[in-house]
Amino acid sequence: MMLAYRTNYYTGILIYSINIGAYYFLWAAIYSGKQHIEGLSVTQMTTYVAVAWMARAFYFNNIDREMAVEIMEGKVAIELIRPYSYLGMKTMQGLGEGIFRLLFFSVPGLVIASFIFPVKFTWNPTVWGLFGISILLSFFINTLLNLLTGITTFFLFNNSGLIRAKRVVIDLFSGLLLPMSFFPGWAQDVMKYLPFQGISYVPSMIFTNGFSHQQAISAIWQQFVWVLVLIVPIQLLWILAKKQLIIQGG
Amino acid sequence: MFYASMFFQYVSQYVKTRFQYRANLFVEFFSDLLSQAVNFIFILIVFGHTSLLHGWNRDEIIFIYGFFLVPFALFSAFFNIWDFNDRYIIKGELDRILTRPIHSLFQIVLERMELESLLGALTGLVVMFYSGSRLGIELKWFDPILFIVFVVGGALVYGGVFVMLACVSFWADARTDIMPMMYNISNYGRYPVDIYNKVIRFVLTWLLPFAFVGVYPAAYFLGKKEWFSYAFLTPIMGVLFFVVSIFVWNQGVKKYRGAGN
Repeated sequence: MMLAYRTNYYTGILIYSINIGAYYFLWAAIYSGKQHIEGLSVTQMTTYVAVAWMARAFYFNNIDREMAVEIMEGKVAIELIRPYSYLGMKTMQGLGEGIFRLLFFSVPGLVIASFIFPVKFTWNPTVWGLFGISILLSFFINTLLNLLTGITTFFLFNNSGLIRAKRVVIDLFSGLLLPMSFFPGWAQDVMKYLPFQGISYVPSMIFTNGFSHQQAISAIWQQFVWVLVLIVPIQLLWILAKKQLIIQGG
Repeated sequence: MFYASMFFQYVSQYVKTRFQYRANLFVEFFSDLLSQAVNFIFILIVFGHTSLLHGWNRDEIIFIYGFFLVPFALFSAFFNIWDFNDRYIIKGELDRILTRPIHSLFQIVLERMELESLLGALTGLVVMFYSGSRLGIELKWFDPILFIVFVVGGALVYGGVFVMLACVSFWADARTDIMPMMYNISNYGRYPVDIYNKVIRFVLTWLLPFAFVGVYPAAYFLGKKEWFSYAFLTPIMGVLFFVVSIFVWNQGVKKYRGAGN
């Protein structure tokens, strides 16, 4: 289904390359003359940017928006009488799309990016293994946050504003735009208690060797804990939502 | 006259529909502010680690960003046509538009406007006054007039490029994601063009002239003499791109055959 629109597919790769390009030039200008900033060299930074955007193709999905539309149009009523868990179905749909994009989009995209920009890969299998676990967990954190935003449609009726706000917050606080270590100290302390850095910062730092092995393991544990913690409010809100469901038209 | 009265009738209808979901409207204002804040924070953090970006200091970069927000707000309020292909061509809505007695592009602009985006202009002004006062920029009597001319020029550059992109769907049936790609490219215009290599600089100046929305006109107010000639090209580029885009649009509408049911 996703390969049916080929232009879409090619322009998608182009979009991501352009984003990487924009940040590459910006970072090159920021680094001009400096060898290291916050322990990252300019090559590591370019790699960080490239990996962060390509990992985004995997964990990113529009489940929140789709849920909002289904709830607003009343289609969710039919979904609720089907013999599966609606939230589980949405998660798996996102995972399927994510895996497709990982194989047909991120991998070729990263190869192209590595030709154009000075991106440096590591060939250490442990790093690749940890990176694999880490992006899987970042997918779950991001998807759970999407489900949470999606469910709020039951209570707010129209939450396009909230969805947009959530996207912006995630772009900044997940470390997609710049690594958490660049933030001022107090902001880093606050961020430690929030789930966002588990989405982009952790996998990208593991990939660029910005983390030591010990740091990587503990960061992955933190991601795992966040996955478990986020399930609780979703289940509670879901039970509540089913009780007070209002179908708006449909 | 007829067009003006249509415009105000649509505005009053628009306000009514928006107030139906008041809570969401409030959150949307907030999320707009938030996304502007994110870009602002990005600049602040970057300049926590460097003092100059190719000879431009922090307040100058902030000023450029503030300027960029004003034409961008105008553009997003009135040229909300990024889903033109999906909404009007594939779903066949354009058939309805063409039966209306006003110009088809104007009708679409009216239907799709998002007036709450105008709030971004206010943020932009605040940001400009903040950084401008830190830089000690002095305003001459004709500067406000030039400001309006540059802002309108910048918004027209944006509008022209995006209308032309929307026109692609008159000729190509396939769904494309060119529009979101352009949003990404337009981000380049927010930073001084001299940090990019020659090819990108050429593209940003003459082919997809997004530099005219941010850095070039802002450079005038910052007193960067080497960019003055580019700054004064802003309104010309704006009018040129917009007129060409209307011409392409009219050709496209002639070509349009209708899709779907």
